[in-house]
Amino acid sequence: MRYLPLTQADRQAMLGVIGARSIDDLFVDVPAEARLAGPIADLPNHASEMAVERHFSALARQNMAAAHHPFFLGCGAYKHHIPASVDHLIQRGEFLTAYTPYQPEIAQGTLQMLFEFQTQVARLYGCDVANASMYDGSTACWEAISMAGRVTKRKKAILSSGLHPHYVSLARTMAKFTGDALDTVAPELSAKTDSDRLLAAIDAETSCVVVQYPDILGRIEDLSAIAAKAHENGALLVAVVTEPVALGAIRSPGEMGADIVVGEGQSIGVGLQFGGPYVGLFACKEKFVRQMPGRLCGETVDTEGKRGFVLTLSTREQHIRREKATSNICTNAGLCALAFSIHMTLLGERGLRDLAALNHAKAAAAAERLVRVPGVELVNESFFNEFTLKLPKEARPVVRALADRKVLGGVSLGRLYPGDPGLENGLVVAVTEVVTPEDVEAFASALEEVLA
Amino acid sequence: MTRYFTDEHEWIAVDGTTATVGITDYAQSQLGDIVFVEVPASGAQVNKGGDAAVVESVKAASDVYAPVTGTVTEGNGALDGDPALVNSDPEGDGWFFKLTLSDPSELDGLMDEATYKAFVAGL
Repeated sequence: MRYLPLTQADRQAMLGVIGARSIDDLFVDVPAEARLAGPIADLPNHASEMAVERHFSALARQNMAAAHHPFFLGCGAYKHHIPASVDHLIQRGEFLTAYTPYQPEIAQGTLQMLFEFQTQVARLYGCDVANASMYDGSTACWEAISMAGRVTKRKKAILSSGLHPHYVSLARTMAKFTGDALDTVAPELSAKTDSDRLLAAIDAETSCVVVQYPDILGRIEDLSAIAAKAHENGALLVAVVTEPVALGAIRSPGEMGADIVVGEGQSIGVGLQFGGPYVGLFACKEKFVRQMPGRLCGETVDTEGKRGFVLTLSTREQHIRREKATSNICTNAGLCALAFSIHMTLLGERGLRDLAALNHAKAAAAAERLVRVPGVELVNESFFNEFTLKLPKEARPVVRALADRKVLGGVSLGRLYPGDPGLENGLVVAVTEVVTPEDVEAFASALEEVLA
Repeated sequence: MTRYFTDEHEWIAVDGTTATVGITDYAQSQLGDIVFVEVPASGAQVNKGGDAAVVESVKAASDVYAPVTGTVTEGNGALDGDPALVNSDPEGDGWFFKLTLSDPSELDGLMDEATYKAFVAGL
């Protein structure tokens, strides 16, 4: 049966109501030169399935996949080894309804998994409580800024220059509609962060200070002083973590006084997968839990005293509180959260610490080798598995030339901050456990060639 | 002391220029078991008809509006540890906050007890 709900007469009737003659009239706002006038040139009418498959696999072979070459890209998405057991377990039938169901208590297994996920995130971040996940790190970051506004009843957030520019961009889009003021600047290619600027800017109007840890250049800084100054002024400290594996090696933001800790969870259990879907992590101090967005699972006992799980504090949510809800998010990234939780469970605390140590050791060895390339300087004084190099020339074409030599050699700052001459020689290099000494050597010799 | 009522189911008991505010017995019976109450801090300014407090029950969360404009002198700290006081004694120990009135003439627009009872009976 063909499912064509609208007849030509139905369409005409609807067009008549809105005063348009044809469907094309609805596109008059698109400039004529941007519209396609006729069929796409050279596009064949049809081809066999086999021919189409062969054609597209030939196109796909032109991609340089992360797994095929030495790979040093990071800046918010990291290539880590995901044990095959993770993908196997998340596909088990019991988990097929990974989404939090609308009659939640019927799916005790799903709720238990979310409760354990929340427990892992809270411990990783050094916070009292975590939610059942957000869409990704950038949306979690905005939700934290928005939450700080509700807690403090203020609308001015100060963003560190080390916050990922995509996260800043998302916050700017949202702030345009909420009327929040964002104090933000681009970073400098230097070992020194802008913490002095942040400390000077905090005042009685500040809702929160947002600091990424480690930051976009890979720099790591003690957040205690910023937390103290924020708290003196009745403001909150929001810490953003784009590489959760780092917290296997360095102090958690919660321990340094952060009130809300958010970030990207992709590194653990979730592949790069072309940029998404990812999983946002969100945690805070218990006293702010009623202002926290998102779903929250709680542990309880049933009428017979048996352990059970429920969705709790749902009155924060949109389906109960309508426009007064803490957020329009009534869902979570269930499947990615499951992958995170399974990978984290397989690692355990010791496994995570070992993984973090391995990442840092490999990154330190890579940095040591790369600064021996003539003209290349290391910007950072401290880093975890990602650091910034200052090249003797603009980094963006260098990345391209490295790709021609089959090395995916990092993210150029010119790509993240186009048009900023102070940053164009910067190259951010991530080195995880998947990088071999041969990869580092291939990168260093290609870089020597390109810079010669 | 005179007690007035709003059509949003708040009561306000007035003594000169000071008053105590809470939610009515009808409101608590509609909300069910109350699990959390957020009251304004002393010094907070509230405006007639504006948000003043939040009450959450097992089935709903509602805003409590200020019946009149004024300055809060005290929030009921007892509700922090025992929000169920609003269920057991909504128009007594379960009060929400006390305030000083900015403009006592605002009381003129509110209902007296008999009018409120008739209003609730018609719902």
